[in-house]
Amino acid sequence: MTQWSGYLGLILQGALVTIELTLMGSVLALVMAFLAGMGRVSRFFIVRAIATTYIEFFRGTSIFVQLFWAYFVLPFAGLSLTPLQAGVLALGLNVGAYAAEVVRGAILSIGREQYEACTALNLGRWQGMRHVILPQALLIMLPTFGNNAIELLKATSVVSLISLADLTFQAQVVRSQTGSTLMPFVSVLVIYFALALIISWGVRSLERRMARGLDGVRV
Amino acid sequence: MPAPIIKVDAISKSFGAFKVLDGLSMQVMPGEKLALIGPSGSGKTTILRILMTLEKIDGGHIQIDGEQLYHMERNGQLVPADERHLAKMRQKIGMVFQLFNLFPHKCVMDNVTLAPMLTKGVARAAAEKRAMELLDMVGLADKAKSMPAQLSGGQKQRVAIARALALSPKIMLFDEVTSALDPELVEEVLNVMRKLAAETDMTMLLVTHEMGFAHDFADRVLFFDRGRIVEEGKPDEIFRHPKQERTQGFLKKIIAAGHRV
Repeated sequence: MTQWSGYLGLILQGALVTIELTLMGSVLALVMAFLAGMGRVSRFFIVRAIATTYIEFFRGTSIFVQLFWAYFVLPFAGLSLTPLQAGVLALGLNVGAYAAEVVRGAILSIGREQYEACTALNLGRWQGMRHVILPQALLIMLPTFGNNAIELLKATSVVSLISLADLTFQAQVVRSQTGSTLMPFVSVLVIYFALALIISWGVRSLERRMARGLDGVRV
Repeated sequence: MPAPIIKVDAISKSFGAFKVLDGLSMQVMPGEKLALIGPSGSGKTTILRILMTLEKIDGGHIQIDGEQLYHMERNGQLVPADERHLAKMRQKIGMVFQLFNLFPHKCVMDNVTLAPMLTKGVARAAAEKRAMELLDMVGLADKAKSMPAQLSGGQKQRVAIARALALSPKIMLFDEVTSALDPELVEEVLNVMRKLAAETDMTMLLVTHEMGFAHDFADRVLFFDRGRIVEEGKPDEIFRHPKQERTQGFLKKIIAAGHRV
């Protein structure tokens, strides 16, 4: 029995690495999403071109390949990353490319009349974006951001391929050491699912808080 | 005689193949209350939107308060205005929209204080004090903390008027501000505008289908048709003794539709 709890400890250690990757990857993804998403609606062609290239490239290539590049190829260019850094970079850039389109779509979904009110009140482009458009667009982005975060959580398992000891990696370790397949795989299944649930709840309560007052009922 | 505050000179504007404004010229004196009437598609809303810089012009010139709106002088030459020049010119003009265009995520108070704080650097306390005065003027002091979604259409429009006034523009543009309202809510908005006209010397341009209100409110009425001003004059002349056939036809239709003149 003590042996089992030791193995469970290994798996929980893996879960911590997965959580760490998810959090840091999400922060990078969020930053990239806003940079590229707003870049896509920029007035300047060069900004739009850079944003579009980033999005199409990272959506169009496999996250495995991106991770291998970050970990195995970048050192040839003089940039050596730890497995965690490479994982965060690949996950953040990959999911950020998807989320950038969410940002763009949400910004475009805000009606022309809101932009016109900004002009009539003489708000600058950035002031209108910051105080009028983005706060409303954020509410539209949130549900899809929740989706993206869960996708990112599940994609973290790819880092086991560059021998970072995440949840999936540790499950394999336990499996090979104990010969038991059921126990480690049931554990990781439950843990991934629980983590995804936490993200869902978090996003939904954030949504509720931000929607307060908008429909005229809750204040 | 003082100089006109708005001088529109041979403005043209097309949407695709449709010519909305066709060499339109007009002048407005400081403090004048102007009603713009005419069938839909006649260009009366477009000229307001052009004055608010919401539409670009294809040709012609506009002067506001002695300065070019869409052009600026550089080395003695008139060149197209840049964003900074437009921002400077917009300070002179405020607009109220048919569909209010309030910011739904901000309470009434924040709707009114946002622009003065951001564009004029007014401190929050001063902006809120001024906002309360304006909300009091439009009869909504008790709604300062409400969200727009909790207000009726008439209340929303009165907030929108207060919001535009908070920037103290010299010129106010009203674009069919009662057209989207339930009939019983129209009067509360018109009352606010009567009060504004009586208590301030702002120049006011009003596009409306409320002919009775236009008659009482305006110093001068312009009748638009097909991108041109067909007839203009004092309200009594236009509404009681229209000279042009097209004006007569339009008013007849409006009366038949049940509008009071």
